Amino acid sequence: MKKSSVFIIIGVNALIVLVIMLLHRENPPNVALEELKVKYAKSHEPSVDHSKLPELDREFSSPQEVTETCISCHTERHIEVMQSSHWNWERVSYVEGKGVKAIGKKNVVNNFCIGAQSNEQACAKCHIGFGMTDDEFSFENARNVDCMVCHDNSEEYLKGSATAGYPDRTVNLTQVAQSVGNPQKSNCGTCHFYSGGGNNVKHGDLEEALLATTREVDVHMAANGIDLGCTACHTAENHQMLGRLYSVSSENTNRATCEQCHTGTPHLDQLLNTHTAKVSCQACHIPEYAKENATKMAWKWSEAGRLNEGQPYHEEDSLGNHTYLSIKGEFVWERNVQPDYVWFNGHASHYLLGDTINMNQLPLKINKLLGSHDDPQAKIFPVKIHRGDQIYDKKYKYLIQPKLYAENEGDSAFWKDFNWNTAAAAGMKRINMPYSGEYDFIETEMYWPINHMVAPKANTVGCAECHTRQDGRLESLAGFYLPGRDRVEWLDYLGLFLIGASILGVALHGGIRIFMNLKNEEYTSFDINEEQKKQTEK
Amino acid sequence: MKRVYVYKVFERFWHWNQALLIIFLAITGFEVHGSIDLFGYEAAVKFHRVASYLLLGLIGLAIFWHFTTGEWKQYLPTTKNIKDQIWYYTSGIFKNSPHPMKKTSLRKLNPLQVWTYLGFKILIIPVMVVSGLLYMWHKQIDANDIVVISSFELSTIAVWHTFGAWLLVAFIIVHVYMTTTGHTVVSNIKAMITGYEDVDDEKDEKADPPAPVAKGRPELNKEINLQTK
Repeated sequence: MKKSSVFIIIGVNALIVLVIMLLHRENPPNVALEELKVKYAKSHEPSVDHSKLPELDREFSSPQEVTETCISCHTERHIEVMQSSHWNWERVSYVEGKGVKAIGKKNVVNNFCIGAQSNEQACAKCHIGFGMTDDEFSFENARNVDCMVCHDNSEEYLKGSATAGYPDRTVNLTQVAQSVGNPQKSNCGTCHFYSGGGNNVKHGDLEEALLATTREVDVHMAANGIDLGCTACHTAENHQMLGRLYSVSSENTNRATCEQCHTGTPHLDQLLNTHTAKVSCQACHIPEYAKENATKMAWKWSEAGRLNEGQPYHEEDSLGNHTYLSIKGEFVWERNVQPDYVWFNGHASHYLLGDTINMNQLPLKINKLLGSHDDPQAKIFPVKIHRGDQIYDKKYKYLIQPKLYAENEGDSAFWKDFNWNTAAAAGMKRINMPYSGEYDFIETEMYWPINHMVAPKANTVGCAECHTRQDGRLESLAGFYLPGRDRVEWLDYLGLFLIGASILGVALHGGIRIFMNLKNEEYTSFDINEEQKKQTEK
Repeated sequence: MKRVYVYKVFERFWHWNQALLIIFLAITGFEVHGSIDLFGYEAAVKFHRVASYLLLGLIGLAIFWHFTTGEWKQYLPTTKNIKDQIWYYTSGIFKNSPHPMKKTSLRKLNPLQVWTYLGFKILIIPVMVVSGLLYMWHKQIDANDIVVISSFELSTIAVWHTFGAWLLVAFIIVHVYMTTTGHTVVSNIKAMITGYEDVDDEKDEKADPPAPVAKGRPELNKEINLQTK
C-alpha cells in the first residue's frame, strides 16, 4: 500500500512536470510587428531631383504658372487631382435618409466656423486651388490646381490668409517648385492640424506637436520611434487619398485603417483578438487625445458679439488658449482628454443646409455616427464630442449659414459688423434660402472619431477600465452585456439571499447541536474517552 | 467503533482537486463578474480560464472512473431510508442518536446525499460546464482569421453561469458544515483525506443489501471484510 502510493505520487508529479514542460512557451516576439518595423524603416528615395530640371529654374509670376509647368511633364496628373475630394470639396455618396447625394464642405455645416458658404475668401486657405472667392469657382480649370501646397518639401510654401487660396505674397515660388516631392507631415498639417482656426482646434488628435513628438504621444509618428509620415497610412493611388473624415463623409469606403498594416487579429493573445469583433483598435490603443496641446471641446456662438468700448476683444486661459473671442464666442479647451465611446459602422449621416431641426431631439447632431451593438459592421470607437450652440431660424426651424467674413465693415459680415441679423440675411441670401428675420441659438454636437495619438503598448486601456461595475469608460454605452460591468441584479440578490440562508441555516443547526451536546454530559465524556483510548492504542 | 475504507485514492484525488478548483473558480469568477477585486481583472480572466480547463479534465477523468468502476451506481436515487435520514438531520442528530445508515465502500452515501450529489452531477455541473464553454467560445477566430460571434446572447449565457455559481457557493457552505455530522466533528474530513472513516458501532446491524457494485468483485468484498474486522 505504502509502496504503491509512493509510486503514484512520483508518477503524478512526473506527469505534472511533463505537462508543464510541454505547455510552457517563452513569450514569443510579435513577428508581424517586427516585419512592419523593418518595412517602414526604409525611407523613400525620390527618383527625380526637381532642382536639376531646367524647366523649373526660372521666375514664376503667378502660382498658376507653376501648375502649368508641373502639368507640362506630369501631363495627366491634374485630371486625377481634379477627381479628388481635396479639390472638389464634395463626394457623391449614399447618405442615410437622403439618398445619393454629393456632400462635402460645399453643403454641410460644422460645429466650428459653421460653413464655408459666403466665406470662401477665407475658407479657401484650405482648398487645393487658387482663386475660390465665392461659389462661382470653376472646378474645371486645371490651371487653378495648387500642386505646391501638398508637394512643397521646402517648408517655404504658405497660403495667404483670406486670399482665396492663393499663396502668401512672400513665397518664393521658384524655391518651392524646385523642392517638390512626396507630401510631408507639414504639408498635410497645414490644413489638418490648424482646421477650425488654430492648432488642434477641431480634431484633438491631429496637431503640430506630431511634427516632432515622442512615442508616448504617438507611437507611429514619434521622432524617437518609427517616425511615419501621414502618407505611410493615408496612401494614395492616382491622387485619391486613403482615409476620410466623418465631418464631411458618409460611407464606409476608402478608409485608412489600422488593419491595413496590423491585420484584424494582431495580438498574440487570442482573447484580445476576439475583442476586435466589437471593439475598434483605437478604443483600447488611444486612451487619451490632445496629449500635448489642448483642443476645443465647446464653442458657444451665442456669446459672440460682446464688445469692449465698441471694440472686439479676447480672453485667454493660463495656457494661452482663447476662451473668448468677440468674433466667435466662448470656448472650452481641454488637454489629455479621455474619449467618449460610440458604436460606429463607418457610416454617418449629416445635417445638411435646409434640413428641418427636430426641436424634440436636442442637442442637434451636426453629424451622426451610425451603428449599434447588433450591427455586425459596428464597433466601439473613441470619439471627441464637440459641443456648442449655433444660430438658427426660429420660424423655419433650420440652421442659418451666416456670412462671417468680409474684407471691410458694412458688408454684412459678422466678424466686422457684429450684427447677427444682417450676417444671417446675407448668408442665407447667398445659399438661396429664406430667412425669417427671427434667430436664436440651439445646442449642437459634432462627433469626431479619434484615430491618431496611438499610445505605446504599456499605456493602452486596461481591462478593468471598461470591465468594471462603476465609472468605466463604457459605462453609458448600452445594448450589450459587458462582463464586469453588467449583471442581472435580481439574480445577484437571489444568490446573496441563498448564501445568507445557507450560512444562517448551518449556524442554527450547528448551534442547536452544540447546545444539545453540552447538555448531554454523557456524550461528551464518551467522546473524550474514545479519544484517550485512541491515544493509548497508538 | 469501526474503521471502514470508504474513499479510494482516485476518489480523494478527484474530490480535493475539484474542491480547490471550484473555490478558485468561484473567487476568480466573481472577480470577472465584478463582485470582488483581488487578482486584477486580466489575471482573474486568465486564471479562471486555466482553472476551467483543469476542472474539465478532472471531470472527464471522474466520469471515466465512475463508469469503469461502476461507482456511478452509488448515485442511483432511492427513497429507501430517506425518511430516517431526514429524521436524523432534523431531530436525531441533536439527541446523539446513531446514524441511520451504515457507511461502507459499497454504499457510502445516505439517500439524501445521493439526491444532493446526483443533482450536483447532472444539474449544477452540466449547467456550469455548458454555460462556461458557451461563454468561453462566444467569440472565436476561424481559419480565415475572422472573429465569429456565437448567436447565443452573452447575457443569457452569463445569467446561467452566475446562477450556477451562486448555487455552488451555497453548496460548499452546506457541504462543509455537513462534514461535521459524522462520528466525530472531523471524522468525515479525515476519511476524505485518508480514505478510512470511523463509523458508529451499531448493535442492531441492519444488513445492508450488498450493492450491485460488488457483484463479480470478490476482492473488494474481501478487502472490506478485512477492514471492518
